[in-house]
Amino acid sequence: MNLSLELMLQLSIILPLLAVVGIVATGSKPNLREAVTIGTSLVLLYFVINLYQGTQRGENISITWWELLPGLQISFNIEPLGMLFALVASFLWLITSVYAIGYMRGHHEQNQTRFYACFAIAISSVMGITFAGNLFTLFIFYEILTLSTYPLVTHAGTEDAKKGGRVYLGILLSTSIAFFLLAIIGTWFVAGTLDFKPGGVFNTDVNKVVAGVLLLLFIFGIGKAAIMPFHRWLPAAMVAPTPVSALLHAVAVVKAGVFTILKVCTFIFGIDLLPTLPTTQFLLYLAGASILLASLVAMRQDNLKARLAYSTVSQLGYITLGALLATSSGVIGSSMHIATHAFGKITLFFCAGAILVAAHKSKISEMRGLGRQMPITMVAFFIASLSIIGAPPTGGTWSKWFLLMGTIETEQFILMCVLIISSLMNIAYLLPIPFHAFFSGDKVSSSEVKIGAGIKEAPLPSLIAISVTTMGCLVLFVYPQPLYELAKSILAT
Amino acid sequence: MLTHLPVLQVIVPLMAAPLCLLLNRPRLVWLFTLIVSGLAFVISGLLLQQVLTSGTIIYDLGGWDAPWGIEYRIDLLNAYLLVIISAISTVVLFAAHTSIREEIPASRHTLFYILYLLTFAGMLGIVATGDAFNVFVFLEISSLSAYALIALGKDRRALWASFQYLIMGTIGATFILIGIGLMYQMTGTLNMEDLSKLLPDVEQTRTVFTAFAFVIVGICLKLAMFPLHLWLPNAYAYAPSIVTAFLAATATKVAIYLLIRFTFSIFNLSFSFTHVPLQILFLVLGLAGIFVASTTAIYQTNVKQLFAYSSIAQIGYMIVGFSVSSVAGLTATLLHLFNHALMKSALFLALGAVMYRIGSTQLSQFQGLGRQMPLTMAAIVVGGLSLIGVPLTVGFVSKWYLVVAMIENGWWPVAVLILLGSLLAVVYVWRIVEVAYFKPALASTKTIKEAPLAFLIPVWVLVIANIYFGIDTRFSVEVAHAASMNLFQGLSGVNR
Repeated sequence: MNLSLELMLQLSIILPLLAVVGIVATGSKPNLREAVTIGTSLVLLYFVINLYQGTQRGENISITWWELLPGLQISFNIEPLGMLFALVASFLWLITSVYAIGYMRGHHEQNQTRFYACFAIAISSVMGITFAGNLFTLFIFYEILTLSTYPLVTHAGTEDAKKGGRVYLGILLSTSIAFFLLAIIGTWFVAGTLDFKPGGVFNTDVNKVVAGVLLLLFIFGIGKAAIMPFHRWLPAAMVAPTPVSALLHAVAVVKAGVFTILKVCTFIFGIDLLPTLPTTQFLLYLAGASILLASLVAMRQDNLKARLAYSTVSQLGYITLGALLATSSGVIGSSMHIATHAFGKITLFFCAGAILVAAHKSKISEMRGLGRQMPITMVAFFIASLSIIGAPPTGGTWSKWFLLMGTIETEQFILMCVLIISSLMNIAYLLPIPFHAFFSGDKVSSSEVKIGAGIKEAPLPSLIAISVTTMGCLVLFVYPQPLYELAKSILAT
Repeated sequence: MLTHLPVLQVIVPLMAAPLCLLLNRPRLVWLFTLIVSGLAFVISGLLLQQVLTSGTIIYDLGGWDAPWGIEYRIDLLNAYLLVIISAISTVVLFAAHTSIREEIPASRHTLFYILYLLTFAGMLGIVATGDAFNVFVFLEISSLSAYALIALGKDRRALWASFQYLIMGTIGATFILIGIGLMYQMTGTLNMEDLSKLLPDVEQTRTVFTAFAFVIVGICLKLAMFPLHLWLPNAYAYAPSIVTAFLAATATKVAIYLLIRFTFSIFNLSFSFTHVPLQILFLVLGLAGIFVASTTAIYQTNVKQLFAYSSIAQIGYMIVGFSVSSVAGLTATLLHLFNHALMKSALFLALGAVMYRIGSTQLSQFQGLGRQMPLTMAAIVVGGLSLIGVPLTVGFVSKWYLVVAMIENGWWPVAVLILLGSLLAVVYVWRIVEVAYFKPALASTKTIKEAPLAFLIPVWVLVIANIYFGIDTRFSVEVAHAASMNLFQGLSGVNR
């Protein structure tokens, strides 16, 4: 195909939407329907890789659709940070689609057509967020993402799902309307533009208090980043089917949140202005508190998905913290963490789903000895845990390295301690799970897991997906160069 | 022919009303009414185009020069409203025949269309005329026929609702009449243009002050501005579905028009906003309206009443925009006027479809409708999202302009309150969504099918308009902005 890069950029947003039509039309033939999903995600990945190569050649890819309100355009522009997020999201969509086929069928879920359709809309809006050329465009896709994931969260249609959905939508919509929109309009009023510009849009003589308040509004308004006290939606969203939790609540939705925060910090405020604002220090500590508290809560969860959810809240705090540090190491660490955490956490969720499908277990206390029944899953779980902790040989090492560097460079020693303590806590709540699965099953679970029942893993598509993302964790350790280059060029533009 | 458009706009539906008696066959009368309304829409479109290209149109009725004769004066504001009213009326009428078959006995169908046309003609007249007394005449035509329309509702409580509205509406109209009378006493003229020239000379007198007070309170009664809104929820809830859809989208908009016309054109800005403390009064009442009505909406068990309270809240937004008394604020109000007409007509018409199928709009009856009537419920969801102000819907456009207008004026706290108010909309819209999508269908509604096309087509035309004008905002924003600029310029012209 010989498409221009501008066209590919637009197609990567439009294509998943077209896929919705295909998915709905082929709803009665599951195999064909899944073929549409997989086919679309392959083409999307192809486009995104082409775009990546285009930007590596130094091409400037941007397009403006139309002017929604005078001076406010729907426009797209590719820069390294967006490119990074787009690569991660489109690659993991493909993997998750493969996984979902195994999971959704193995778990006999209802309304699968609606599931795949909403999933495609969500991916389309994620693409819109990654390539957004201004805050206004980003906000529009941000809201579409919230709404299109609501049916996914409440997929089960039960009373629990309804309650979870209420919290999910309540917090995400409220924060975005009450704070985020206000911050956007405020920025529009103060700076006169919403375009993402390297170095920020505010003049140097901007009123520091006003800008500080805007920063507060942004950080609280971007509820998807799950900074405490607006994190409750993420555990609530765990009522969703596991592929949703995996892709959306470990990758797409939450990363859209921290991505937006990174964008705002680097391209709206700029890293020169950010440290001079009166509210930055407070927000840094807030992010630190969010990291520690969420880790503490995670330790107390017995439901595996809930534990992973709180772990995500904590890890998102890392990224917000890195963005607010406003140094090049902080930004590099944060953006690399988007990718490394995505691979690690999605693997963990895949494993949780696999355990649910194959062994029908969701409580950690019941998983002792499970390693004998599901060895591949549990090994994957172990490696992914290492990545979350930030231990070699996994990708998480690098991002945490740069984040720590960031705190040292800015002499935020308290925050440095926070990061270290939190890593220890990660060890405490993640590693016991695979250890108990392999080593302590004999006594307790002889009744739970039939010894000699042999290996009973999740369906093959799910297993393939797990293996791929686990490999991803390892590859990111050995071969972090492209990721690092991309992260480094964010501030260079 | 084209020069007579301003009067044709009013006279065509007015004359068509008695003609319905001659046809006297339900389907025929419906078609006739639909054609008349469509004709009115075409006329309003032509008028708007004329105004946009060549400025304000002045038409002397019967060739008598103003200020002795009655003058029709179509500027951008009037033309904009005429288009809104006639467009909504035409779309809503598509569903009328199907809808009222279920709600009104066949013997009264002709009567229904006659009343409808009279209400329609009355509203167009109020907007088109440039004569203060003529406003009152058309106000009475539209109000009296609206009372009767509401009383046609299937539920016996419609009579009581109509009676309430009759009492409140008559007080309002009388107040307006008293006000106009006092103005006439001081200036000797009823022509709006003339009034605006003569009033400044006598504006310090107590009589003019009293006249202003009477007119404003009268209009606010018609407007259902908080706390003068008590007639509205019942009237909307028990009127026939078509009437609710039509009135909710147009009646209060006409009252907003009157408010703007009287405060900006007839009296002038310095009088309305400095001599009289209108600004703080309207700001407070508007905000109170937003919060009280939205909160009340949350607790309604009848969905029609729920959206009726939401209408009162939305009027609050328009009043807040109005109270800023800046070009931006007025633009926001005018935009919301258009956008809210689209939202509420879509929502109430969709409720009409629900009414048609299950004979009730109680929230408890909505159980499982998400599966039984997917297209109708989807329309309600999109309408609801628009009400909340989600991007790519018209609601977002108005909210954006309103908040920008507040910030431009330095009213940050008000901007925050406006956004918080829209969170209440999330709550009441989502109550419906949860019932419709998460509860299993009731035994009595298990066999319910999707609404007929006669409903689905107009409902979805309106829903798509909600999205279209949320994406392509050129028409609404440009006209609203130009109309608001006109009002301010016209004003400075009068002042000097």
